[in-house]
Amino acid sequence: MISAEQHPIELSRRKLLKVLGSGLLVAAFVPEGLANLIDQRRGPQLPQVVSAWIHVGTDGKVTVLTGKVEVGQNARTSLTQAAAEELHISPESVRVIMGDTDLVPYDMGTFGSMTTPNMVPQIRRAAASAREALVDIASKKWGVDGKTLRVENGHVIGQKGSASFGELASGKAISAPIDAAVALTPATDWKVLGTSLPKIDAREFVTGKHVYSSDVRIPGMLHGKVLRAPSYGAKLKSIDTSKAKAMSGVHVVEEGEFIAVAAPTSHQAQQAIYAIKAEWTPAEQPSSKDIFKLLRGNEQTPAPQMPADVPQIGDTYTCAYIAHVPLEPRAAVAEWKGSKVTIQTGTQRPFGVRPEVATALGIPEADVRVLVPDTGSGYGGKHSGETAIEAARIAKAVGKAVSVVWTRQEEFSFAYFRPAGVDQIYSAVKKDGTLVTWECDNYNSGPPGIETPYDVESPRVQSHPSHSPLRQGSYRCLGATFNNFARETHMDRLAHEIGMDSLEFRLKNLQKMPRLQAVLKAAAERFGWATTKAPAGHGYGLACGTDKGGYIATFVEVAVDTDTKAIRVVRAVNTFECGAILNPDHLRNQIEGGVLMGLGGALFEAIEFENGRILNNRLSRYRVPRFSDVPKLETILLDRKDLPSAGAGEAPIMAIAPAIGNAVFAATNVRLKSMPLRLPT
Amino acid sequence: MKSSTELEINSVKHKVEADPSTSLLEVIRQELGLTGTKYGCGEGQCGACTVLLGGQPTRSCITTLGEAVGLPITTIEGLEKNGRLHPLQQAFLDKAALQCGYCVSGMIMSAAGLLASNPTPSEAQIVEHMSGNICRCGGYPRMVAAIKEAAEAMEGQK
Repeated sequence: MISAEQHPIELSRRKLLKVLGSGLLVAAFVPEGLANLIDQRRGPQLPQVVSAWIHVGTDGKVTVLTGKVEVGQNARTSLTQAAAEELHISPESVRVIMGDTDLVPYDMGTFGSMTTPNMVPQIRRAAASAREALVDIASKKWGVDGKTLRVENGHVIGQKGSASFGELASGKAISAPIDAAVALTPATDWKVLGTSLPKIDAREFVTGKHVYSSDVRIPGMLHGKVLRAPSYGAKLKSIDTSKAKAMSGVHVVEEGEFIAVAAPTSHQAQQAIYAIKAEWTPAEQPSSKDIFKLLRGNEQTPAPQMPADVPQIGDTYTCAYIAHVPLEPRAAVAEWKGSKVTIQTGTQRPFGVRPEVATALGIPEADVRVLVPDTGSGYGGKHSGETAIEAARIAKAVGKAVSVVWTRQEEFSFAYFRPAGVDQIYSAVKKDGTLVTWECDNYNSGPPGIETPYDVESPRVQSHPSHSPLRQGSYRCLGATFNNFARETHMDRLAHEIGMDSLEFRLKNLQKMPRLQAVLKAAAERFGWATTKAPAGHGYGLACGTDKGGYIATFVEVAVDTDTKAIRVVRAVNTFECGAILNPDHLRNQIEGGVLMGLGGALFEAIEFENGRILNNRLSRYRVPRFSDVPKLETILLDRKDLPSAGAGEAPIMAIAPAIGNAVFAATNVRLKSMPLRLPT
Repeated sequence: MKSSTELEINSVKHKVEADPSTSLLEVIRQELGLTGTKYGCGEGQCGACTVLLGGQPTRSCITTLGEAVGLPITTIEGLEKNGRLHPLQQAFLDKAALQCGYCVSGMIMSAAGLLASNPTPSEAQIVEHMSGNICRCGGYPRMVAAIKEAAEAMEGQK
């Protein structure tokens, strides 16, 4: 058995106290770890899974260390609030160190709306344990019962006086075990959580001082660029780098098919890439014109046959590949010191990038440190470490720190996409609105959100993987946006088939989903669903959905141009509920942001490709939502202080596309079944 | 080929040794270390690289160093005066008009250009002027509100 002295937790504890100075240190554990800890009180074994640390310094400052990262969702702010709430201190006394693999405990990554339901409660529990430990120290110091003491403003206060956290934490390093039974402040009594604390460090961002990965500068640093194949799968036939090598200040790296340059400026590096003569043998590649046939045709599981006697309303829905387009493209700066490399990069998975780099460079993981500066967004698009690997390879070869920042064209061509998909839905409904059959087969884009929330006996849903011709991966809300689009469009069609109001039809079939009912009702009332009629050429539509503990209802009014058939969203009312609200203003920001991002996938965005090239790999050819696309936006928050808080980064994006499609049907009698929604001209 | 050029940025004169065909964005960020101005697309489509060139909002990624010579340049770093934020910066904070923040420098510089030529823009004018700037986090409604607030604050200071 491993001794406590050599245990990884003991080692990180010592390392942290070295970095942060002496004081009180509390580990937060994932729930399984919590169980271990309770056992540990009876035996010597230390808990296995630390998810975060909280340190109270001798100056009274509190440091939270977590593997989560900040990509604009304001996790840094909500985690600050979580610690401040339970320690009864002001948020200004809290600092959060995020995504530094040398300092923070392992974390799978920042995705799946997990920070709010998982990390926030763990930080709260650790902070509350730290508070109780400080009370304990004070009670021993004063020889009084801890129950007679109270905690206020960074002080423990009793009849015999008051001591600051810093005084109580000073002296030798103290580690307090987390108390599984520690009382957490109920949401109804929150003073810091539940308030709209502004974004931490916001001033740094509006003054341009914040240093993103792409802004990192190290003395002597070079700018690296990689020679790209002109099309996917092309093989390098011949290469002549002599002209690039002859350029002043330029280094050329040739490692098999990895050809790269480094130069004092990115302009010089680009000139050097242009100077390389390379011949390529192209590979045969499919085209976006055939994509849905392709995805439907090469699925790995055969589609089940429907029995012929089931009354059916069947439809096929499709969704194009789309790109995340984070405004900060992938970027990394790598610096070697001896056998160790430190990489600053914008990623959602620092602990995923670390082994990627180690494997690519053939070095132990312990020799790779990944740090994530607050990043210029991700939306699920930055799970991987391409630039980290490229920067590390070039930096190793040239013996200097190297920055690699992808161009927008590289980001469009060599990152990954939200998967294209096909949904086939078969259904049957009685005249009174009772659903009797619901079957959905998804091809390629994946199972998230494929389960129907509507009441139906024995629904059958199945997701069939395909061989995607393009690299695909995560995206805000994953495949749930498309599966919800197909379902909500189909539900609208069914309501029309039986002549029932589409809100009434949904409410009737959501008997087991009171939270979805609640958001639908609140949005309907604000929108005036039952009391107003769309003007000529306009249409009303609605949709709802639930994902990762969030519940969204979106009601829209669209206008369709009679000549161009262009679809414009005039107004959108969104109601969202995700349990007890941690920060109302940031929640609003997430909902508005999700809905507006969703406008792109609903109306404009589709990756076009042919012969192994992305044809619209630039913003002049790939339209994303702009100021002029924004409808009159109304956002209603339902605060359920009686329910645990869930994340809000994802679910708000899932109802806007079907709501628009259903409104277009109301305006034109044309049922659109593909994302993006485009009316035939 | 490198040549020596003088640029006036945020009222400070700098000597720059660079190829005149280099983009102004690369010069500002890499030669002068003013990294508040961002790269977003390299083709003038997203506005992240916006600076004021001779007072006009300009996409520095598609402007060459040669084209910028002789005109005063203002970047995001030049807006704060003696520790006091520009009204636009303050309004972006007040309205929480940022999530990841990467577009914000360009947004503020574009808006500064608008307010310089039209101190009391209507909402439609703000939307039209700002539609060349992209925010992927979807902060647009808050940004419109922030620009309105800043316009009012600046009018009030006159």
